[in-house]
Amino acid sequence: MAEKLTGAEIVVRCIAEENVDFVFGYPGGAVLNIYDEIFKQDKFKHVLVRHEQAAVHAADAYSRSSTKIGVALVTSGPGLTNAVTGIATAYMDSIPMVIISGQVPTHAIGQDAFQECDTVGITRPCVKHNFLVKDVKDLAVTMKKAFYIATTGRPGPVLVDIPKDVTQHTCAFEYPKSITMRSYNPTIKGHSGQIKKAVELLLNAKRPMIYSGGGVVLNDAAPQLTKLVRMLGAPCTNTLMGLGGFPASDPQFVGMLGMHGTYEANMAMQECDVLFAVGARFDDRVIGNPGHFFREGRKIIHIDIDPSSISKRVKVDVPIVGYVKDVLEEMIGMIEQGEKRPDVASLKAWWTTVKDWQSKKCLAFKPAAADGKIKPQAVVQALWNATGGDAIITSDVGQHQMWAAQYYPFDKPRKWINSGGLGTMGVGIPYAMGAQLANPDATVACITGEGSVQMCIQELSTCKQYHIPMKIINLNNRSLGMVRQWQEFFYGNRYAESYMDALPDFVKLAEAYGHVGMKIEKAGDVEAALREAIKLKDRLVFMDFITDETENVFPMIPGGKGLSEMILAEEL
Amino acid sequence: MRHILSVLLENEAGALSRVVGLFSARGYNIDSLSVATTEDTTMSRMTIVTHGSDDVIEQITKQLNKLIEVVKVVDLTDGNHIERELMLVKVRAAGKDRDEMKRMADIFRGRILDVTDKSYTIELTGDSHKLDAFIAAIEPGVILETVRTGASGIGRGERILKI
Repeated sequence: MAEKLTGAEIVVRCIAEENVDFVFGYPGGAVLNIYDEIFKQDKFKHVLVRHEQAAVHAADAYSRSSTKIGVALVTSGPGLTNAVTGIATAYMDSIPMVIISGQVPTHAIGQDAFQECDTVGITRPCVKHNFLVKDVKDLAVTMKKAFYIATTGRPGPVLVDIPKDVTQHTCAFEYPKSITMRSYNPTIKGHSGQIKKAVELLLNAKRPMIYSGGGVVLNDAAPQLTKLVRMLGAPCTNTLMGLGGFPASDPQFVGMLGMHGTYEANMAMQECDVLFAVGARFDDRVIGNPGHFFREGRKIIHIDIDPSSISKRVKVDVPIVGYVKDVLEEMIGMIEQGEKRPDVASLKAWWTTVKDWQSKKCLAFKPAAADGKIKPQAVVQALWNATGGDAIITSDVGQHQMWAAQYYPFDKPRKWINSGGLGTMGVGIPYAMGAQLANPDATVACITGEGSVQMCIQELSTCKQYHIPMKIINLNNRSLGMVRQWQEFFYGNRYAESYMDALPDFVKLAEAYGHVGMKIEKAGDVEAALREAIKLKDRLVFMDFITDETENVFPMIPGGKGLSEMILAEEL
Repeated sequence: MRHILSVLLENEAGALSRVVGLFSARGYNIDSLSVATTEDTTMSRMTIVTHGSDDVIEQITKQLNKLIEVVKVVDLTDGNHIERELMLVKVRAAGKDRDEMKRMADIFRGRILDVTDKSYTIELTGDSHKLDAFIAAIEPGVILETVRTGASGIGRGERILKI
């Protein structure tokens, strides 16, 4: 006979059964019973954030930076609405996580009760799935389903909304070991016939190009991708979400592609004869205008776990639906067992063209004088030097995000944590919290700007409470840099509301929260300051770099233009 | 082009709004939608009439399949199928209109369900074009009220949508 537990006990037991180490959350009326049970247990730790948005971001980063799953717990009404930005952020980047929200008691639902909102309705478009549990007897199975759905197929956030009375009611508890759902059976194994076609196309290609995205990172397929790319001898690019999926230090790596991608990556995407897309979805920031992207005769192979990502924006010749890791492994096996090898002569000619593009050195920037204004790109490079290229880097959204992606080359996956799809400013600090808790021994740095960082600045308090020693690299250009850049290029230098006036003294602010603050104003001081900060292993250091406010992100593809229509720094 | 999608889905609270939400969120068209439980009460069957290019219909089908509660999606217009819709029309039936309305109902094989001195309520069944044709055939001025169920569809012969 299974033991009888309250709903609140069941929630806590289910979380423990899933081997979750941390729950990020914020208490409130509707979840008091659950918090009471958290208080009584020691299977997992609870991290109290200062705003629910940060709870979801931190849990999201916990998933991104490890192979474990992040869990967030919020109360009903405003607790949930505050969490929505975090949920939508995770959804756009296909991050597996479970969000548990309190709800008013079942008898009060629909009565406009205090702190009531239609949680399932509000979150429906930004979750992989959600549930409202109206009977405690359904709770354990629903929790199991939530973890199962979140982590299988194309991953994503799943929300479980639990009314307060359900957390009080009791029933026999048994956590299902596994679950099957007749309506949810994602295709996970790629079609062998299609895989064979893909291998043949790639081996016969004259100008092959490999383009990999977040799917490789999420599916832990970096070793398989790396092996296959090396076997094929083709150039490889990563999307913003896919950085680290293929080692940036490998000579076959041609940098990130897209709106702020390298000249060589974007040109190779356009000029290749066989394009191999692996866990990437041809989104607007990656390929620009799909009409311009189209090339007669170019064959496209696309592996994705989500059939709806295939032929959504770009027609694909060889679609393969399945886990990228397994598909790549099958491809490697086929090549190893077959006779056919890539065409060395064609590859050589192709690489000559690619190297010609590389010789443009599209990421070169004018170095500053030692006592001159700090170049933001140089700060990122110095951070790479100071951390040996092995830190976990989180970023916010804007110019600093692009500089981080461009100038901090990643050799390993799950080291680069940012909001690629939704582009959520404010994620940087909470992302670094989640990443640091998942990787206590790693150096975690948050590259941010004075705009973004103020969107979740309250979390400095959480960092103090849980001794999270992240390094915050604030590239402070006194303006919303990416907005300012667009206004400079496309709005006749009319800087509408992109200037950040009345900025706080970040050093004092950091100190007020009990952290170390540093202000760095000269280019010559950058690397030494970074090394000093990293030496303070147990402290959060907020480094306010006063940077050259005129710097822009290059290359750049203006909105609606094609991949080969880049603006390069030298052209201005 | 017009397509009729048949969707088999879990009969759960919120499943319908997921489908409708998907259409509005992604800018797809719903011309009509009808839904009810099947002989297995844990399952609902939905018929969605929509229109769009082949690419759009392919995306709609894929996106529907992605919904956790959706079990199966079939595009009935891919093969032979039967389509029926029910319409109730209340028409003015006084004076010279009275005979005329009776005649029109007969021609379209409608049935008069309710009669007053001044009106008839006519029931008509057929594919959506037939119902459109009836509306077009009678004078707009005599129509007091119409209500349509939206199309329901099923494959012909051996085409069966079931789990």
